[in-house]
Amino acid sequence: MSWVLKDVLLYGEGDPVDVLLTDGRIAEIGNGLGAEESLEGAGLVLLPGLVDLHTHLREPGREDAETVASGTLAAALGGFTAVHAMANTDPVADTAGVVEQVWRLGQEAGHCDVAPVGAVTVGLGGEEMAELGSMADSAAHVRVFSDDGRCVSDASLMRRALEYVKAFDGVMAQHAQEPRLTVGAQMNEGVNSSKLGLGGWPAVAEEAIIARDCILAGHVGSRVHICHVSTAGSVELIRWAKEKGWDVTAEVTPHHLLLTDDLAATYDAVFKVNPPLRTQVDVDALRQALADGTIDCVATDHAPHALEDKETEWGAALPGMTGLETALSVVAQTMVETGLLTWRQVAERLSETPARIGRLDGHGRPLAVGEPANLCLVDPGARWTVDPAAMASRSRNTPFAGRTLPARVVATFLRGRATVLDGKPA
Amino acid sequence: MKRHLLSAADLSRDDALLVLDTAEELAAVAERATVKKLPTLRGRTVVNLFFEDSTRTRTSFELAAKRLSADVINFSAKGSSVSKGETLKDTALTLEAMGSDAVVIRHSWSGAPVNLARWVRGSVINAGDGTHEHPTQALLDAFTMRQRLGRLEGLRVTIVGDVLHSRVARSNVLLLHTLGAEVTLVAPPTLLPVGVEAWPAEVSYDLDAVLPKSDVVMMLRVQRERMGAAYFPSPREYSRRYGLDVRRAAALKDDTIVMHPGPMVRGMEIAPEVADGPRSTIVAQVANGVSVRMAVLYLLLGGSEPAIGASAHTGDHDRTERTDA
Repeated sequence: MSWVLKDVLLYGEGDPVDVLLTDGRIAEIGNGLGAEESLEGAGLVLLPGLVDLHTHLREPGREDAETVASGTLAAALGGFTAVHAMANTDPVADTAGVVEQVWRLGQEAGHCDVAPVGAVTVGLGGEEMAELGSMADSAAHVRVFSDDGRCVSDASLMRRALEYVKAFDGVMAQHAQEPRLTVGAQMNEGVNSSKLGLGGWPAVAEEAIIARDCILAGHVGSRVHICHVSTAGSVELIRWAKEKGWDVTAEVTPHHLLLTDDLAATYDAVFKVNPPLRTQVDVDALRQALADGTIDCVATDHAPHALEDKETEWGAALPGMTGLETALSVVAQTMVETGLLTWRQVAERLSETPARIGRLDGHGRPLAVGEPANLCLVDPGARWTVDPAAMASRSRNTPFAGRTLPARVVATFLRGRATVLDGKPA
Repeated sequence: MKRHLLSAADLSRDDALLVLDTAEELAAVAERATVKKLPTLRGRTVVNLFFEDSTRTRTSFELAAKRLSADVINFSAKGSSVSKGETLKDTALTLEAMGSDAVVIRHSWSGAPVNLARWVRGSVINAGDGTHEHPTQALLDAFTMRQRLGRLEGLRVTIVGDVLHSRVARSNVLLLHTLGAEVTLVAPPTLLPVGVEAWPAEVSYDLDAVLPKSDVVMMLRVQRERMGAAYFPSPREYSRRYGLDVRRAAALKDDTIVMHPGPMVRGMEIAPEVADGPRSTIVAQVANGVSVRMAVLYLLLGGSEPAIGASAHTGDHDRTERTDA
């Protein structure tokens, strides 16, 4: 089937053009084009399909919270054409068998590409290195390795893993959290935690690991990627590491770009997340860092949880927030409407750069003739109110419930096939 | 007053004084009467929902409710939330179905009373949640201070010990500030929370420097689990630097009172001679606890019925919930 997207703005720039999609590729860009199917796109912004470096799909193990099928449908509705599925499933994605299973479930669902992340250590135990090479060589073609949810806190093991993945151009994605500094941690350590009597998760616990791992990556000449950067201090360290010329990249989540730890005063565990929501000073620094490129990309850390794991005491609740279906809108509010990023730069931060970090072929490509038709069509002027019950994710733990956000994904195309049309599953 | 008592911050100055005045009246009535029971809350049901052991607080609330003729149900649910059995929400719905008018909750997780308040129609009274707050303790402490010293405005109150983990300290700082007292917190730096600088209180590491200026010295218990967790090198060193021993007590002004929310570790944070001495209000605090809790229950549940005094005050005009969205 061929599609023509009429009168769209490439990257939100220039004059309206028609984009013809044939045989999974962009066949022509011009005016007055026709095809079997046509989509009226006046006023809409065409972006390369979004790429998430950090998604929890929960399958295998917690299919009550999310499945590969439901999570990737949520992703498509959010404009994504590829997501990296984190390894903290049950069983853990620490063997070629598990990563191939997740990859295959993604293929079968067909909503977006699933690139499994391989666990760094067996069972996320932090002690014994998993068979990283086997996962890299598997059908899942793993290039991103992470114990996310837990930090690879052993410095020697982290060094070896950084070195080892060089053999297949892998990257270590670190969940930076010094475990000894975060025993019993429940929220950002500061004025609010002191008043609320919730265990503090100090910024230093993130920053100490980031400093160590940047220096390690520099020392052994490897790639390190810092997951969900949440503090102003982390930004400074990453800026410093990049100035040194080390191969360090970093992501920030939409929720850390918008929300602060004041929300913990509700004791509503929907606002409990790891790393925790920080202060406005941190939010401002993260926005600035994403704008100036110190932070390379946005990643959702989409972390669906079953109702019973959230509708409980703060301390007993699991940390995490859903994010796939709101990511682009939150970025539009915090970065585009504030003038910090153009839509062209949004394409870079949410598609091109994460695809490059994850070494994904066919994603994050230019909007040009001959390129794969992995695309996302956005209505920048739309406003919508977040309704947890209306989401495709099996879980309802969005911290943005009730908020009215700008920008809506109208359509998503995966290799020329519509996965989302008119904001609904195609 | 608000519908719930979740934090000492829920109380305005007028609210807090109303509680204290009401407690005073109730105590006077009880003193005069041969039968201590008042009919005020007849037909009302108060549930004591204790997820954590606390014989003294539970007994105090139970006695308070019974003296007001309420039906009291003790619902001991220790460990049930932690062990992933019945959740707090299930318990709340159960109590709701039974028609409880007020739930007095003690819980090991900070904020659990705030969660509970979203799930029940009746009033929720925080009887201590994790390391967050214990507002009725702060009220009974304020009551005791006023009883002994005749005022609260301008009083210099020194709170000594494990402020980091103390719900008593948090509630006292908030309430005493509301009532115009000046609070100084004294503790080793390891037992003060990061962020304490934003509290309406002074902070000192030097007990000897603060004691002579204090009108009230409140000693906090040092819990066993803090010992050996590197908050301080040894119990002996803690006692030497932050314990209220006989020598230190001698530095106090003549009319300075010594308080302790209990249970005490004698010889650790407080010497037995001081705990049992004339400055000590420790026994009075326990007695006052019942009066203050009666007042809280009365004002939250029976406030529209003019059972005592002239200060009729409705309980649920203000349903403001704590939200910071």
